[in-house]
Amino acid sequence: MNRFHKKHILDMASLSVDEIELILNTATALKEISERPIKKVPTLRGKSIVHFFHEPSTRTRTSFEIAAKRMSADTFSISASTSSMTKGETLLDTVTNLQAMNPDIIVMRHSVSGAPHFVAKHLNASVINAGDGMHAHPTQCLLDLMTAKEAVGKIKGLKLSIIGDIFHSRVARSNIVGFVKMGATVTVAGPCTMIPPGIDSLGAQVTHSLEEAISGADIIMTLRIQKERQNNFFFPSEREYASLFGLSYDRLKAMNKNAFIMHPGPINRGVELSSDVADCPESLILKQVANGVAIRMALIYLLMGGTRDAHSN
Amino acid sequence: MRIRIENGTVVDPSQNLDAKRTIYIDGKKIKDVLEPEDISNPPFSADETDYVYNAEGQIICPGFLDMHVHFRDPGQEYKETIETGCKAAAHGGFTDVCCMPNTVPVNDQPEITKYMIEKARALGGTRVHPVATISPGSNGKALTEMGLLLQAGACAFSDDGYPVTDAQLMRRAMEYARSFDALIISHCEEMRLASGVMNEGIISTRMGLAGIPNAAESIMVMRDIALCELTGARLHIAHVSTAQSVEAIRRAKEKGLPVTAETAPHYFTLTDSAVLEYDTNAKMNPPLRSEKDREAIRKGLADGVIDAIATDHAPHAELEKKVPFDLAANGIIGLETSVSLSMSLVHDGILTFSQFVEKMSLNPSKILKITPKMVASGQAADITIIDPSKAYSVSSKSFQSKSRNTPFDGWSCRGKVMRTIADGKIIY
Repeated sequence: MNRFHKKHILDMASLSVDEIELILNTATALKEISERPIKKVPTLRGKSIVHFFHEPSTRTRTSFEIAAKRMSADTFSISASTSSMTKGETLLDTVTNLQAMNPDIIVMRHSVSGAPHFVAKHLNASVINAGDGMHAHPTQCLLDLMTAKEAVGKIKGLKLSIIGDIFHSRVARSNIVGFVKMGATVTVAGPCTMIPPGIDSLGAQVTHSLEEAISGADIIMTLRIQKERQNNFFFPSEREYASLFGLSYDRLKAMNKNAFIMHPGPINRGVELSSDVADCPESLILKQVANGVAIRMALIYLLMGGTRDAHSN
Repeated sequence: MRIRIENGTVVDPSQNLDAKRTIYIDGKKIKDVLEPEDISNPPFSADETDYVYNAEGQIICPGFLDMHVHFRDPGQEYKETIETGCKAAAHGGFTDVCCMPNTVPVNDQPEITKYMIEKARALGGTRVHPVATISPGSNGKALTEMGLLLQAGACAFSDDGYPVTDAQLMRRAMEYARSFDALIISHCEEMRLASGVMNEGIISTRMGLAGIPNAAESIMVMRDIALCELTGARLHIAHVSTAQSVEAIRRAKEKGLPVTAETAPHYFTLTDSAVLEYDTNAKMNPPLRSEKDREAIRKGLADGVIDAIATDHAPHAELEKKVPFDLAANGIIGLETSVSLSMSLVHDGILTFSQFVEKMSLNPSKILKITPKMVASGQAADITIIDPSKAYSVSSKSFQSKSRNTPFDGWSCRGKVMRTIADGKIIY
């Protein structure tokens, strides 16, 4: 039995190894749909999915939209600027009103950590966390696991290095938890201001040396440096960051000949990585995006009670 | 009204008393406190007694004083009023409370101070001692009329949640207060460092919440201790939450500086792990800290570095807590759980009964220069009676407070307030 029993997808910590494997295998099976000339199956006809994005997003939102449509679910979008929250409505009122319209899944992004957990406590619908504050981004981690597995062959024993602003990154937190859970070794690197206290308690090794992070890694993931963080003195300038932690192709090749490159996007070319790295043959960045659709198709499918076996016929 | 309280044990550290006594209350005063063998000669007979309380197995203490509460009146009566706050205090065993000045408007005028005192007096229950602000509007730019505020009945000065950032103003406030031997209460927080929503540590990192490091508190504790040394004014540190603050206060006391300190029950009961699951009833300022800090607070209480237990009773409406964690209001209510939670310090062997009563009654009175309550003949009849072994489960539904924001709902406690008597009147 490959039945999926989770009601919500809130973070990687609450998913078991078996559940993660089921999601990855289901996504691999569904990926082929996106390669057909008619990219649509009727599986989730009559199901409604609300995309409730309280923070700007292009990639993730579009990815969820495409995933839902390829499964034939009806989708509805609400963003912060168009919702009544700009009129002072509380989050709880907004979502209980949504609930009254009886959607099956609410895909939610919010700038506040824990907001999807808060919503899940008060709703009947399934909640998928599409990124909450600095806390978690489980669908990103799942698509990264899928991409890494495709590139390297297996997750167990794989060495992943995440470089950049770990402090503010929900992607880093989810990837540390998810990759460690699946048997990988995760190293994080960045200046001390960008490494939050106790990150090692999630299972990550910490280094402040770029060379150390890069040399033994199978996969190197760089994170976007957000200019606005300069206001709180996290780093002195983009120039300094680029020269100390930015990745150029020459620099990469001098330290590690074989590693793959990942990035959750959006990328700042010339800051955390140069264009020749972003577009190099070892770059998996666009494969991540493609796999994102498959992972999200798998999640809505599994949450709606599908089993992998049921679809594989 | 004539009341006789019999079979109980009086614990009164001001007289070094811990013995069985029968207490006779006549009107607003304690008429007599007799040893059980002396009751053949009572001050009034059984016929003349209106009410007899059998305190078998219970502890009779001088009335408790909570020196840090927020009653939201005037201005935010939807959270709490002086009436509901005083009722909560009476149920919690408190004959007296000190109300912090962050009402709307803040208590920076003698008229507001008088309003608070009079409103409580008219209700005839727990008495209110207002703390006035250090600066008008708590804006940290000038001094309030401390002399006039003291005349109106203010018991101390504090800008509480809006700590004075300007060291020069704080210095002058302390110097000026010293003219009246008035107390400055400092809510120690370096606002820029304290820009998070919970304790900074492993749990804040895991949950992706912005952290508040211990230094945000201790840096201001150390500044204000330095200003205390400079000015000689009496300084009281509010709601101590970190090991470093305890250490700084310990050193100040060893130097002989006039520094005192309080902590709140949640800081010796809970740690930041209570925030897991994003429980907004575990969000307060200062935040719940680590286990190491919790132990330091308990040790500080045991060895006397922390003089008093105060609740920081901070009522908020449900809609201010039923929101995502970042957006939730800071603070929890505490008046109706303080005694039970603090009794666990006695059960755990951290405090003796007598020390517990010191923290709840004698020490806060001394710090505030309010006449200490005594269970003795001729004294005001202000008494709190506790059953130290009574087990019960906390139910926030039955609270008198207008608000329900407590992380202790459903907790099993041992030790319960049985009666509160203020000015000879049974108020609980």
